[in-house]
Amino acid sequence: MAAGSTSLWDWDYAFSIIPDLLKALLTTIEITVLGSAVAFVLGLVIAVVRRARIPVVDQVLWALVEVIRSTPLLVQIFFLFFVLPRFGLTLSAFVVGVTALGVHYATYTSEVYRAGIDAVPKGQWEAATALSLPRSRVWTGVILPQAIPRVLPALGNYAISMFKEVPLLLAIGVVEVVNAGRELGSETFRFTEPYTIAGVLFLVLSYPASMLVRRLERRAAVR
Amino acid sequence: MSDNLSRIVPVLLQGLPPTVIATVGGIVLTILLSVPAGLLLLSSRRWVRVLVRIYVEGFRGTSEVVQLFWIYFVLPVLIGFQLVPLWAGVLVLGLNHGAYGAEIVRGAVQSVPRAQYEGAIALSLSPAQRMRRVIFPQALVEMLPPMNNLFIQLLKSTAILALITVPEVTRQARDVLIPNYGDDTILIFGLVFLVYLVLAAILTALMRLAERIASRRVGRRPSRAARVAARAAGPGVSDRMAGI
Amino acid sequence: MITFDAVEKRFGDNVVLRELSFDVAPGEHVTLIGPSGSGKTTILRLLMTLEKVNSGTISVAGRYLSHMVKGDKLVPSDEKYCREVRMRIGMVFQQFNLFPNMTVRGNLIEAPTRVLGLSKDEANARAQDLLDLVGLGEKIDAHPTQLSGGQQQRVAIARALAMRPDVLLLDEVTSALDPELVAGVLKLLRDIGESTDITILCVTHEMGFARDFSDRVMMFDGGRVIEDAPPEKIFSDPDHRRTQDFLQAVLNH
Ligand SMILES: Nc1ncnc2c1ncn2[C@@H]1O[C@H](COP(=O)(O)OP(=O)(O)OP(=O)(O)O)[C@@H](O)[C@H]1O
Ligand SMILES: [Mg+2]
Repeated sequence: MAAGSTSLWDWDYAFSIIPDLLKALLTTIEITVLGSAVAFVLGLVIAVVRRARIPVVDQVLWALVEVIRSTPLLVQIFFLFFVLPRFGLTLSAFVVGVTALGVHYATYTSEVYRAGIDAVPKGQWEAATALSLPRSRVWTGVILPQAIPRVLPALGNYAISMFKEVPLLLAIGVVEVVNAGRELGSETFRFTEPYTIAGVLFLVLSYPASMLVRRLERRAAVR
Repeated sequence: MSDNLSRIVPVLLQGLPPTVIATVGGIVLTILLSVPAGLLLLSSRRWVRVLVRIYVEGFRGTSEVVQLFWIYFVLPVLIGFQLVPLWAGVLVLGLNHGAYGAEIVRGAVQSVPRAQYEGAIALSLSPAQRMRRVIFPQALVEMLPPMNNLFIQLLKSTAILALITVPEVTRQARDVLIPNYGDDTILIFGLVFLVYLVLAAILTALMRLAERIASRRVGRRPSRAARVAARAAGPGVSDRMAGI
Repeated sequence: MITFDAVEKRFGDNVVLRELSFDVAPGEHVTLIGPSGSGKTTILRLLMTLEKVNSGTISVAGRYLSHMVKGDKLVPSDEKYCREVRMRIGMVFQQFNLFPNMTVRGNLIEAPTRVLGLSKDEANARAQDLLDLVGLGEKIDAHPTQLSGGQQQRVAIARALAMRPDVLLLDEVTSALDPELVAGVLKLLRDIGESTDITILCVTHEMGFARDFSDRVMMFDGGRVIEDAPPEKIFSDPDHRRTQDFLQAVLNH
C-alpha cells in the first residue's frame, strides 16, 4: 500500500480510493436532491404565505427567514443535531443534514419565488379576479405557471450551491465525499489524493451543471 | 440557567476575535482579488481572460470545505510548512469569495453605458484614467449591493474554520460549551445566532453607508430595488447583474 | 485641416462609407446633412477614433489619424498614437455624456489636468472662464444631474473647449433637448464659431442654423458626398434631386 510513500502524488493510491469516494459522492448527490426538494417546496410555501400578509404570521416568518439567512449553516446543522434530541426527537445525521440544508436554502428560494411572483404583471391578477376565479386557482392556474419558469435558473443555481455545502455535514458524521476522503486519508496519512480528487469531483459535476443553468437563463432572458 | 449565562457568555466572546479577524481579513482579501480579477475578465487578451476564468471557475466549482481542507492539510505537504489555522482560513475565505466577487465587478463594469467610455475617449483620457476616473466610480454603485450579500455569505462561512480548530464562535459553542453545559443547549445556540445576527447587521449598516456615499457621488439615491434584486439573484452568476 | 482619402467603412456587410474623400480647411465650419443612416455620425466617430476605417486614410493637421508611419510603411494606428492625435480633437455628443461621478467642475478640469498637465489652478480658471462663456458660471459646483438638458449640453460644450481643440465635432447636439432650450445652445455655438478659429464639423437637422453657421454644407447619401457647396447654394438651388427631396422633407416636417 502507498502508506509512507514520499512522492507528491501516488497514482496507484489515487485509483484505489476512487470507488469509495464515488460511493460517498452518491450520498452527497442524494442529500442534494432531497435537500433541494425541501428547499423548493418550503420556499414556495413561505413566499405564497408571506404574500398574503397575515398579521403576526408574516412578522414571524420574516424574522425566521432573516435569522436563518444571516447565520451560518454549520451552526444550524449543530442546532438541529444537538437540540432536537432534547425534545425526544433523535434523527439520523443524514436526516438532520437534509433538513438543515433544505430549510436554510428555503429562505433563499423564498426570495427567488417572491421576485418571480412580483414579476408577473399586475394585469394578470386583475384579469383572473375579473373572471371570478377562486384564489387557489389564481395561484395554480395563472400566477405560478408564469412565475416558476422564470425562477428555474435561480433555483438551479441554489441546488448547485447546496451540493457544494453538503461537506459541512461531515461535522455531524455524515460520510459525504470530504469525510470519506478524511477517513481514507487517516488510514494512510496521505491526504493529497483524497482531497484533490474530492475537489475534482465537485468541479466535474458543478461546472457543467452551472453551464447548463446559464444556458437556461439565457433562454429565459430572450423569451 | 441564569448563573450559567454568566459563564457561557465569556466563553462565546472569546470566540469573537477570531470570527471578526477572519471576516475582516477575508473581506479585505476578497476585495483585493475580485477587483483585479473582475477587470482582467474584461481584458482584450484572450489568454488573460482564460487564466482568470480558471481561477474563478475553479473556486466557484469546488466546495469551500474542500478548499479549506486542501489548503490546510495538503498545501503544507507541498510547500513544506504548516499554516496557522486562522490564516489558512482567511486565505480560503478570500480566494473563494474573491472568485464570486470577480463576477460582480465584471458585471458592474459592463453595466456602465458605452457612452461614458466614449465621452472619456473624446477627452483623450488614457485607458487607465478612463477606468479609474470615469468607469469604476460608476460601476462601484452597481457592485455594492451584491457585494454586501457576498460579505454576509463570507461572515457565515467563517464558521467552517471550526473544522480546522480555529477557536471562533462556532467552535467555542460546539467544543467548549455544548459538552460542559448540556442543559443549556438552546440558550447557547440562541446566543450564537445572536452574535452572527449582530455582526451581519453591523456589516450591512457599513455597506449601506458605503452605498449612500458612492451613490451620492454619481448624483443618485441608493436603490432599494438593486438590493432586493441582489438578494433574489443568488449565488449564481448571471450575465446580467441580477437574476430574474 | 481634415482630409478623408478614399475612406471605406463597413459594419459587417453594411458598407456605410465608400471611397469617401473630402477636405476641410483650417477654421472652416462644415455642416453634414443627409438622411438617417447615411453615415454622418460615423464620419465624426471616425475622426474621434471611436471607430476604425476599413480602408483609406484620415489625417488631421497634416498627421495621419487612422494610421501611423512605421519605418516607411503605413500601419493602422495603435492606442498610444491615437491618443496623441486625439488631443487636438473635441467632440460634443447628442446625449451629452457628462460624467455623473464628477461635479461640473470635475468634468471640466479632469482632462486638462490629467491629459494636458495643467495645474489645478490653471484648469479651474479655465473652467470658470468657459462656464461664464456658456452662461453657467454659478453652476460650477453643481452636479450634472441637477442641470437641465440644455445646461448639461452647454457644460459638455465647455468641457470639449477646455481642451483647446483645433477641431470640434458636434453630433446633433440639440436633438435631445426640449424645443425651448434649442435656441440658447445654437446661439452659443454661433458665438463660439465667430469668436474662435476652431475648425468645426457639425451634424444637425436645424437647417436655419446650418445656413448661417456654415461655410460649406455637404450632403451625404449612400455613403458618398453627393453635393458639396456653400449653404446659400445648397438651400436655394441644389443641383441634385436627392438634396431637394431631402430638404423638402426636413423643412416641412
Ligand atoms: N456600431 C455599429 N454597428 C453596426 N452598424 C452600425 C454601427 N454604427 C452605425 N451603424 C450603421 O451605419 C449606418 C450609418 O450610421 P450613422 O449613425 O453614421 O448614420 P447617421 O447619418 O448619423 O444617421 P442619423 O441621422 O440617424 O443619426 C447605419 O446603417 C447604421 O445602422
Ligand atoms: Mg447620427
